[in-house]
Amino acid sequence: MTVETDASPAFAGYAHPERLVSTEWLAENLGAPGLVVVESDEDVLLYETGHIEGAVKIDWHTDLNDPLVRDYLDGAGFAKLLSAKGISRDDTVVIYGDKNNWWAAYALWVFSLFGHEDVRLLDGGRAKWEAEGRAYVTETTTRPATEYPVVERDDSKIRAYKDDVLAHLGLDETKRALVDVRSPEEYSGERTTAPAYPEEGTLRAGHIPSAQSVPWAKAVAEDGTFKKTDELDAIYRKGAGLKDGDSVIAYCRIGERSSHTWFVLTHLLGFEGVRNYDGSWTEWGSAVRVPIVKGTEPGAVPAT
Amino acid sequence: MSDPSLPPADLPPALGGIRDEFLALEQNERLMLLLEFANELPELPAEYADHPDLLERVEECQSPVFIFVEVRDDVVHLHATAPKEAPTTRGFASILVQGLAGLTAEQVLDVPDDYPLTLGLTEAVSPLRIRGMSALLGRTKRQVREKTAA
Repeated sequence: MTVETDASPAFAGYAHPERLVSTEWLAENLGAPGLVVVESDEDVLLYETGHIEGAVKIDWHTDLNDPLVRDYLDGAGFAKLLSAKGISRDDTVVIYGDKNNWWAAYALWVFSLFGHEDVRLLDGGRAKWEAEGRAYVTETTTRPATEYPVVERDDSKIRAYKDDVLAHLGLDETKRALVDVRSPEEYSGERTTAPAYPEEGTLRAGHIPSAQSVPWAKAVAEDGTFKKTDELDAIYRKGAGLKDGDSVIAYCRIGERSSHTWFVLTHLLGFEGVRNYDGSWTEWGSAVRVPIVKGTEPGAVPAT
Repeated sequence: MSDPSLPPADLPPALGGIRDEFLALEQNERLMLLLEFANELPELPAEYADHPDLLERVEECQSPVFIFVEVRDDVVHLHATAPKEAPTTRGFASILVQGLAGLTAEQVLDVPDDYPLTLGLTEAVSPLRIRGMSALLGRTKRQVREKTAA
């Protein structure tokens, strides 16, 4: 059962306003049949310190990632997870989290790989909910188990593997775009890691040739909500030169901030066919014989 | 350094006790215990809170975590601070602050480096995050060595 969308005028300019809900809307609709709220954070214990009433926790490390192979869980695993969380295939799922909804966007992107139709983000995440003095509870939510169907993942539409990126570089340059959402220092190659994430270092530094540098945070306002369409257009269409019809791939280090940017490009700005390269720099920066550029310019794809 | 031909020494009582507490629980109860530890992390003594330059940043942790080790009369005192939005990291820091309390420098250096992996938390927290705790322990040991070097 799908819950009505948030018709807030704040979202009116977006290509797919039905992918966002406001804190007001969520507060009013908590407990509505067919609505499941999911919290997805960087810190695995944050949910336990307090969460939105009725929310269930889904952790990217322990729930969504395969423990052995660097990949996401398969259809059977996803069905088992969602059944245990009490989520049905036709439920409206609203995801929120810490860190400007990085991990919430990542979880939403993974839900999208499995074709869960109605999945939305809470604009502003935990930060906005707290800033507005809205309540958290500590009781763990238990929902009655459901029978979520086994649906195999479809990686073809919104996920790019390393070979897809290599093939992408072979496209006519007027028809392709690469967006690197990391910090300027990582883009230029000054650093192999972001300041707070030394675990995700690589053997080489720099960026994928032709990538535009658009650090992910440019898409959000001070309070963690997404900027409005005109500002986003200035950043991505004017600034980074993205055009409708381009084949676009976004990447960062492990694909969670680029899933945030994927959300912006796909659901807010309406670009079609945008893919998230989740291998991202932790793969590319240590891969043998892939082209790399250092410095502040996008650089050219080497002729093969 | 301990002689590898000798059987492993038992853990000091506090560290062993903490490990046993975790292992006695089911997976999700272990997370709650980690949260309790997080909530027990004491505030930094004023002299360190006012002197952030004395603190060492634990770079391996995803959230800002700072430690300072004092060695007084051969007894090690570990101080650590982490923001409230990082309860996992606070929990790790708190386990070490409590577990190492009252130990001598030698006892701290003898704590096995893989202690964080023996708490039964890797499934609930993930091996990548546990590395943050290993880093906390490693840097604590390094500060102990520096402060006891003749």
